[in-house]
Amino acid sequence: MNDEAILEINGLKTSFFTDDGEVPAVDNVNLHVKKGELLGVVGESGCGKSVTFLSVMGLIPQPPGRIVDGNIFFEGTELTKLPERKMRSIRGNDIAMIFQEPMTSLNPLFKIGNQLTEAIRTHQKIDKATAKERAMEMLKLVGLPRTNELIDTYPHELSGGMRQRVMIAMAMICNPKVLIADEPTTALDVTIQKQILELMKNLNEKLDTAIIMITHDLGVVAEVCDRVAVMYSGKVVETADVKTLFQHPKHPYTKGLLDSIPDIRQKSNHLYSIPGNVPKPGSIKSGCPFAPRCDYAFDRCLADSPELYPGENDDHEVRCFLHAQEESETQ
Amino acid sequence: MTAYIIRRILMLIPVLFGVSLLVFSIIYLIPGNPAQVILGQRATTEAIAEVERQLGLDQPFYIQYFSYIGDLLTGDLGTSIKTKTAISEEIWPYLAATMELTLVAMVIAIFVGVNAGIISAWFHNSWFDYIAMILALIGVSMPVFWLGLMEQYVFAVRLDWLPSTGRYDPSTVIDSITNFYLIDTLIQGEFGKFKNLLSHIILPGAALATIPMAIIARMTRSTMLEVMKSDFIRTARAKGLNNIWVVYKHSLRNAVIPVLTVVGLQTGLLLGGAILTETIFGWPGIGRYIYDAIQARDYPVIQSGILIIATIFVIINLIVDLLYAAIDPRIKYK
Repeated sequence: MNDEAILEINGLKTSFFTDDGEVPAVDNVNLHVKKGELLGVVGESGCGKSVTFLSVMGLIPQPPGRIVDGNIFFEGTELTKLPERKMRSIRGNDIAMIFQEPMTSLNPLFKIGNQLTEAIRTHQKIDKATAKERAMEMLKLVGLPRTNELIDTYPHELSGGMRQRVMIAMAMICNPKVLIADEPTTALDVTIQKQILELMKNLNEKLDTAIIMITHDLGVVAEVCDRVAVMYSGKVVETADVKTLFQHPKHPYTKGLLDSIPDIRQKSNHLYSIPGNVPKPGSIKSGCPFAPRCDYAFDRCLADSPELYPGENDDHEVRCFLHAQEESETQ
Repeated sequence: MTAYIIRRILMLIPVLFGVSLLVFSIIYLIPGNPAQVILGQRATTEAIAEVERQLGLDQPFYIQYFSYIGDLLTGDLGTSIKTKTAISEEIWPYLAATMELTLVAMVIAIFVGVNAGIISAWFHNSWFDYIAMILALIGVSMPVFWLGLMEQYVFAVRLDWLPSTGRYDPSTVIDSITNFYLIDTLIQGEFGKFKNLLSHIILPGAALATIPMAIIARMTRSTMLEVMKSDFIRTARAKGLNNIWVVYKHSLRNAVIPVLTVVGLQTGLLLGGAILTETIFGWPGIGRYIYDAIQARDYPVIQSGILIIATIFVIINLIVDLLYAAIDPRIKYK
């Protein structure tokens, strides 16, 4: 295992067992996050990015879901085999998560203060007054005003942006080593989006928390992340540092995604989109899942499933036969 | 919050006026002459007219109604024709007996119903869920009087574990303070008598608890299933809270409002409508009191009894509404 990595996912396979049989939402995912790193995980809806990290949290609804195969290491501890009680002491404490829907992610019946102090008192033996102080400190840290009034308000009295800040404060209150942010800005309007992203970048710098930013927005990735993993149909298809990925994308899917970003300077009336649709999970039994939509696909792509091939520099990996050839040529 | 409570209490006044008018009219409209009942079959027409005059029955409807309201407002519920005592004095022990029984029944119903609903929702589609929901279905469809008779047959006659009828053994003497005998005996430290009372209340309590229990269980299960899917429950679990905490703090409180509605309605029904059960178990409650009054054409008792039950029903619903606001902070502002 990678020495620097604080969280490492190896060959993760998470499936949902429905009446139609096993549906693998995540299939053989390999990912790692280094200490204090800002990793972006990009992909279309349904590509398995949320399921991957719900698996890390042990929050896959079970049944129908289950981690079928693979390992998740957090600071060397295997999480998939951890008993629920031990998992609970990691969840929210060492690894925290925030979600896409700030409007509904807070319990409507409890005051903000109660929900924040509950998060810290679950993991640390501290008295109510100290917990309250810590809660106010966190609210201030995420840039909320009048914290002493704020802790006595209910979620419905706050705006979406404020609620997402509260969610971030709640996730960060135990000083986690990893923060998983599942589309934290999708439900917010653009100006608030920008503020929240800046806040998360600041927290990452100040507290040295590794942040995993799950998003379908390449703009978000370009703005805040150090490294990116692109996911397609339950698999990681390319990982690289942000600069490399944007300047030299290798996987045809990544290229397609980058080409789909509308450019304000472009005169053309037609906006590029990748032909075809995202395959239903589990519908492609053999070959590369992207092959049916890929302009570069050749015979082997339809028959075999490509591995994640390392590129010329360490951190650039691609799951594509085009680059397997390139690699064997250079060797 | 105070303003909300005051507003809600003020809204009771027109409702109670309506109830009193309705109760008064029904008695006025049904056939049968109270003066005839008081004097008996062989009374002369003159004597009947004289009694009608004394009772004010010869006055027009609205005058009779207003004098009735005037009496009610001064706390005068009228006098029983049969026993010749003031109803306001006579009715309380019966009412207390019914309240005690209702309370026991609802405690059983809520405790068992809510927990069965929670476990069913948590282990959704498990054998516990199936069995609990089949039992709940049987529970709502079973006639209470039949269940009461079966209970008596099994637990009193065959097994001889519990007494079949009455509120306590006729041989025991209970010094009443509040007419809630369970409380009275506890205050007085009479634990033998308390046990005696408790053994008498279990069977009718369980019979009356069945239907509310079944409805509460089904209601709790369906709202809990709904709530446990919500985003804030995922947040609560992501914080690392244990399941008990997630269920009883974060889920139940969000699921409880529809359940509370059912509890309020069922409590109201039990307080007023348990005539059959009270008759089967020889329970000296308000249902029996009114039933006897109907048999004797004791109009003032029927009127006042119905009025009191209706008032209690309305008050319980008020309490339920206030509890909504106490549970859900979003409600007061509406």
